[in-house]
Amino acid sequence: MQTAATAGIHETAHHDHHELSFVRKYIFSTDHKVVGVQYGITALLFMFLGYGLMALMRWQLAYPGKPIPVFGDLLLRVLGPDMATGGIMSPDLYNSFGAMHGTIMIFLAVVPLAAGAFANYLVPLQIGAPDMAFPKLNMMSYWVYFVGGAIMLASFFIPGGAAKSGWTSYSPLATVADLARQVDGQTLWLLGMVFLITSSLLGSVNIITTIIQLRAPGMNWMRLPFFVWAQLVTAFLLLLAFPPLEAAGIMQLMDNLFGTSFFLPTGLVVGGQMLDVSGGGSPLLWQHLFWFLAHPEVYVLILPAMGIVAEIIANNTRKQLFGYKSLVYASMALGFISFLVWAHHMYLTGMGTKISTFFQTTTMMISIPSVIILTSLFLSLWGGSIRFNTPMLFALAFLPMFGIGGLTGLPLGFSATDIHLHDTYYVIGHFHYVVAPGTIFALFAGVYYWFPKITGRTMNEFWGKVHFVLSLIFMNLIFMPMFIQGLEGMHRRMYDGGAAYSAAPDLAHGLATAIKLNVGISHAAWLLGLAQVPFIINFFWSIRNGRKVESDNPWQATTLEWQTPTPPPHGNFTRPPVVHRGPYEYSLPGRAKDFTPQNEPD
Amino acid sequence: MLAAATPPLDMEIPYTAEARPDTGVYNAKIGLWLFLASEVMLFGALFSSYILLRVGSTDWPQGLLSVPIGALNTFVLIGSSITVVMSWLALKGNDFGKFRLYMGSTVLLALLFISIKSFEYHDKFTHYFVKLKDGTELTGHIEGKPFNWSLPKLKASANAPGEIAFHPDAPKRGEPVPDSPHETLRLPVEQIAKLESFGPWRNTYLAIYFTLSGLHALHVIGGILVMLYHWGAGHQLWRKSREQFTNRVEVTGLYWHFVELVWIFLFPVMYIL
Ligand code: HEM
Ligand SMILES: [Cu+2]
Repeated sequence: MQTAATAGIHETAHHDHHELSFVRKYIFSTDHKVVGVQYGITALLFMFLGYGLMALMRWQLAYPGKPIPVFGDLLLRVLGPDMATGGIMSPDLYNSFGAMHGTIMIFLAVVPLAAGAFANYLVPLQIGAPDMAFPKLNMMSYWVYFVGGAIMLASFFIPGGAAKSGWTSYSPLATVADLARQVDGQTLWLLGMVFLITSSLLGSVNIITTIIQLRAPGMNWMRLPFFVWAQLVTAFLLLLAFPPLEAAGIMQLMDNLFGTSFFLPTGLVVGGQMLDVSGGGSPLLWQHLFWFLAHPEVYVLILPAMGIVAEIIANNTRKQLFGYKSLVYASMALGFISFLVWAHHMYLTGMGTKISTFFQTTTMMISIPSVIILTSLFLSLWGGSIRFNTPMLFALAFLPMFGIGGLTGLPLGFSATDIHLHDTYYVIGHFHYVVAPGTIFALFAGVYYWFPKITGRTMNEFWGKVHFVLSLIFMNLIFMPMFIQGLEGMHRRMYDGGAAYSAAPDLAHGLATAIKLNVGISHAAWLLGLAQVPFIINFFWSIRNGRKVESDNPWQATTLEWQTPTPPPHGNFTRPPVVHRGPYEYSLPGRAKDFTPQNEPD
Repeated sequence: MLAAATPPLDMEIPYTAEARPDTGVYNAKIGLWLFLASEVMLFGALFSSYILLRVGSTDWPQGLLSVPIGALNTFVLIGSSITVVMSWLALKGNDFGKFRLYMGSTVLLALLFISIKSFEYHDKFTHYFVKLKDGTELTGHIEGKPFNWSLPKLKASANAPGEIAFHPDAPKRGEPVPDSPHETLRLPVEQIAKLESFGPWRNTYLAIYFTLSGLHALHVIGGILVMLYHWGAGHQLWRKSREQFTNRVEVTGLYWHFVELVWIFLFPVMYIL
């Protein structure tokens, strides 16, 4: 076996005469691996920022109205006294941070990491392709994403600050929140979203075309690794669900800039004054269009995570996945039904009981394929001789964490129970279990797992395990109490974390206790941030100093990305791969090794 | 093993020109169909919004657009989607000169469409609604056909006129005829409570009309740019790979048909229904 280092030396020695310039190779690169890494690093940075905003908000929730230590001063200097007088987070700033936390985490961090970075790097490798079908579009997709992100960032610094109406941007609030200004944070939010949607369009067209057209000879549909299937369904969701939000975004932009009334009803009174608009619009229309995207979007957040976890579980149990075909069909069903459940976010809008009944039914239906996938992954562990390395630990933790997230979704799916739970911290707990200890753990698992292929070195196992244990503890300490807060009736978007409730003379005892939980949650949130320090150091340190891999296939895996040189060169494979078998031939009796790569002839 | 590690620097993406045997298509064609699927969702969402807004409205204005002009534009677009097919057929028949002729005609027809459209837009921005302080509401034109005035703009301008000369619209069928139908009214500015053109802000119908037709027009302009590129710089690619260039023109044609199809829905929905 040839090692990374010699391949690297050999490559540079031979090809410097037609080497690409630095800019073409690392900045405006069309190589899917470089684009993937660019997506990955940018998205991780945004994730860090998204966390930072929330860490500051948690101070305000735990200690309402007190100046934020250290960072309060910074906020005052950077954003001005309007936003942080005396280092105290203003209500407007709280609203901006909340809206931007959601926006950044979903549209700029998790989706670009799951569907941008991992898909870009791995899909062509796993199907045996030299690159994406449209490499130039791929490069554009990253740069358009980058511009979208830059616009979102810039919006913090314009007068009035960033968007304030939640990541859901409900109208009319989103239009009237900053009425005095023509161009406000919301305008930039919408503009940024148009870029992000365009980027995801370019990306998803590329992924789907690549999977359909560039599979290596012998790579038929039922030999695709489950990860590829998950990315295929994800790409279809992005392709078809985002355009309605783009339409809605254009209409809201018209409302904000040109005084139309798409989402503004007749007789709207703002600040005691009739708004001078034509009226006749429908606030419900925005919600329908928004959730038509945003429910499929949650499967965009979760499917790639499931794909990553499936790969890691198969590899570390040294077994076939349990029910590969049911996994494939379940993810297709999930993708399809996810277009039919959106209005379960709108039970309390008064859209009518008939419509509610329809969406309750579809919501219960969609839990079936989710359960199939989770069960298959659990059963895949049965009887395996499990290797408990860092990627596997994260992958294993994903299962119960996603399980909690999914099960707590059921009471939200019935309109009767949702009346009590809607817009409370219970909802926050629910979806964070899905995306934070769920998806983000899967993404960590993926980083630890594929790091050796990308860099030729492994990350440190000990510090990886420290990172894992601490993250698991603090994630649960953050989100578990939120269920209690929500059940006690704490509203989810409150500047003072519920302190105002204490003014009520007959405050229920439960709610009083629930408010006190804020302090503990905030501390856990800050400690979660500290727990990422080992990861960050490990990540950068290991790029140069990690243990070198002894072979191109250190995990002894079967899928094609491990059958390339390390790191894979431009064009990926030294000779065009031919696929002879399914993706997970582990521990088959009568074979010399306990794994058989997909491209190994019989 | 070492020799094999030489990366294929000039690696080629398969199926850019020829079709993949088991799927029967080349890459760009799938890519374009996927793109169109997402476009269907985009325009589909806007048309659905149109339905929802219209169903929920108390009065929906009608007859604001000229059907003959819209019909003319429909024929212009249909014509262009015929010429775009002809240009592709010309390439199939290896006749680059003929390709240019037809592609050029497509571009010209598309430009004609845009000109007619801008004429229609201009018409809306010179058509006004006025509400006087005594509660009278009027629609009509201001003398000199000023473009997109509003009360704040009028008051802020340096040489603000003290009054405007207003030609009210002829009454629609069924409406009572005023005493002096064709008279020019002199409206003192200080008596005006509201003045606005028939832009998207005027009512929800115009809002969705401008949004949908504007987005459609952007698609037409995008198409024009791509087709101009094929017309001009296409020569090089044609010499390099005839197959690939023909594919590109085919894909452009598919896109152009979609743009035309959107208009086929837009025209009745906005002009007639
Ligand atoms: C497994 C079955 C699931 C069910 C039955 C379910 C159900 C629901 C319902 C009914 C709501 C609305 C609650 C309310 O606002 O009152 C909701 C909210 C939410 N869910 Fe889920 N969900 C499921 C899975 C997921 C997944 C997989 C994700 C993300 C990866 C997710 C992310 C979210 C988010 C982000 C919200 C909050 C939206 C907001 O800001 O209002 N859910 N869920
Ligand atoms: Cu949902």
